[in-house]
Amino acid sequence: MAWRHRRLGALLVAAVATLAGAARGGATPVRVGSKSFTESYLIAEIVARIAAQVGEAPVERRFGLGGTGIVYGALASGEIDIYPEYTGTISRAILNDPSVTDVPALRARMRPRGLVISEPLGFANTYALAVRRDTAVRLGLRRISDLERHPGLTAAFDPGFLDRDDGWPGLQRHYGLRLAAVRGMEHALTYPALISGRTDVIDVFSTDGQLARADLVVLADDQRFFPDYAAVLLARASVADRLPRTWTALQQRLGGRIDEVTMARLNAAVELDRRTFAQVAAAFLGEREAADAGSARRRLGRDLVTLTVEHLVLVGASLAVAIAVGLPLGLFAARHRFLGQIELMGIGVLQTVPALALLAFMIPLFGIGRVPALVALCLYALLPIARNTYAGVSSLDRQLLDMAAVMRLNGRQRLAWIELPLAAVTIMAGIKTAAVLTVGTATLAAFIGGGGYGTLIVTGLALNDVPTILAGAVPAALMALAIHLGFEALDRLVVPRPLRGSPGRAR
Amino acid sequence: MIALRDVTKTFGARVAVDHVSLALEPGTTRILLGSSGSGKSTILRLVLGLLPPDTGEVLVDGVVVSRDTRRDALRRIGYVVQEGALYPHMTAAENATLAARAEGWAPARMAMRLAALAELVGLERSLLDHYPAELSGGQRQRTGLMRALMLDPPVLLLDEPLGALDPISRAELQTHLLRVFRELRKSVLLVTHDVREAFVFGSTITLLNEGRVVQEGTFADLAKRPADPYVAEFLRAQTPPAAMTAAL
Repeated sequence: MAWRHRRLGALLVAAVATLAGAARGGATPVRVGSKSFTESYLIAEIVARIAAQVGEAPVERRFGLGGTGIVYGALASGEIDIYPEYTGTISRAILNDPSVTDVPALRARMRPRGLVISEPLGFANTYALAVRRDTAVRLGLRRISDLERHPGLTAAFDPGFLDRDDGWPGLQRHYGLRLAAVRGMEHALTYPALISGRTDVIDVFSTDGQLARADLVVLADDQRFFPDYAAVLLARASVADRLPRTWTALQQRLGGRIDEVTMARLNAAVELDRRTFAQVAAAFLGEREAADAGSARRRLGRDLVTLTVEHLVLVGASLAVAIAVGLPLGLFAARHRFLGQIELMGIGVLQTVPALALLAFMIPLFGIGRVPALVALCLYALLPIARNTYAGVSSLDRQLLDMAAVMRLNGRQRLAWIELPLAAVTIMAGIKTAAVLTVGTATLAAFIGGGGYGTLIVTGLALNDVPTILAGAVPAALMALAIHLGFEALDRLVVPRPLRGSPGRAR
Repeated sequence: MIALRDVTKTFGARVAVDHVSLALEPGTTRILLGSSGSGKSTILRLVLGLLPPDTGEVLVDGVVVSRDTRRDALRRIGYVVQEGALYPHMTAAENATLAARAEGWAPARMAMRLAALAELVGLERSLLDHYPAELSGGQRQRTGLMRALMLDPPVLLLDEPLGALDPISRAELQTHLLRVFRELRKSVLLVTHDVREAFVFGSTITLLNEGRVVQEGTFADLAKRPADPYVAEFLRAQTPPAAMTAAL
């Protein structure tokens, strides 16, 4: 059996290499990335449009790449060329050194990594505290330190803000604040709570779209507690070298050009007015965007076909490889009880890694896009297949296996004629579980640019737009259902007739 | 043909086969008689090389059975067990021809052999494409017998071949088995707990108790000159009451 495992391993590597090759190639484009929230999408779209106008290189959009870990990993490994970032995030999350704060110092630290930082764009997306205008006027609130004089006020804060040291706990210490009641509340709900008067103070991000609409006052951070999260573009040094006109144009047209109020307005146009990133970005750049509602709907229809194909490819390819690998692994476990238990435990541990973390681990190895998603999905699908193969084969009737030896079947005949058909029901159950699981897990692939229905879910989450989330989630659920039914039909081909239905009856 | 030389086999603390020696001559039938747990089935599994003996040797045609020689030895042995141990996912024909398929026989040759065997064991041809679950106990047992005979081995090992059958099927199959043993001149090692079966099939009977050979001989030897009180007790326990025999 050993050579067979090796051959499968080689096949897997070859398959991955082929896909990786297919994903690259073509004229060297400038690849623009973004995180998966509105502001990041918007700035990235603006960057992509400016780059396209300059026309030095074709533009590729790799938006919605999860959080800092994933998108920065993609930049560091050369999978993307540029994305919007914040100075505070660079010092805290990337350099792990909160003491570096100004842009020149950050540039000096990033240069050895082959990365450059643009001129700041003008706005900072920092934590801030907001109150209603009538409250501010009545109590004379302009700065955070003014709150000191009004301990009777109540507050509703996002759970993250309540927890983080650069949130409420630090702020409270820094200013020596006391408030009557501080409640945790989901960020999206704090604005309505404030506006309806159920609370007096909330935490906001300084560019929140809602700030542009509601009549609120953002309190000045007069004792400079909140770290600076000035928006910049983080790019590979090669972009500045290779595409000097693009890099210059980006700095000239964006450097210091977007203030907090403008950014909040752009965010609001997407989140509150439900306009697309493309429309809002085009309007900002003074371009004419000829996207009427009808064509937008048609595009969604075409998108759905593309996304369905992408999703099916993700599920199909990863499942095929998982079967090709999981089946032999399960058989190995059944043959070698001790090593097998270790092996199954190893695969089990793999399963306990959160799917998003597993996807993030794939970036240094395989970059971003479809390949790392496929590898991660494979690893996820392995356990049910290997475990069920093991369970099915190792629980076969002793006497039936003895009889195979007496009939002088060789290893291959015993496997193909006796063990696999008898264990088929159990093995197929494992494959079915893996398939349905993979349809769901594959929606996470979008976080590393793997495409599929997750693209809609990620966008929808970024926009807090339930219809868009559902546009991805419902087809995924339907696909899971369809795949389940498909496998039920496949059972009729794979499982010998007398073993179907009540397996206990046929003896 | 087949010989056990001072064979012992233990499972943990339990001695299943205790210093057993016996021989099977070509063309003869030997019955291994005993109650359950007497070690008789274990002896068959030792001969088949499915278990290695702790001490002693098992020989098939003068060659000691081991991991290396097992495949050769099995070429000359057919094996039938209680309830058939048929593969539930294969039809009767597929079960019966399994060993021939493993050998790579041509389909035409297999079909001919299958027809001849069905005739020999008394299985209707129309039942050949039924699955085991669709066959009666007697039909399953006939299929198992066909499977054992497929490659025409000189030796047959049968483990309670009639054990799971109702009395009428049992009597029918018994007749067929006797015919097979005699007409094909097979060397037969048959395991049973049934004294009447031992009487019908056996020229030589080996009575086992708790892994040891208690007595060896013809039925008459055992009945008239029991070597041990256990022999008399074992035979008496299965003797029908005189009044019943008289009434029949």
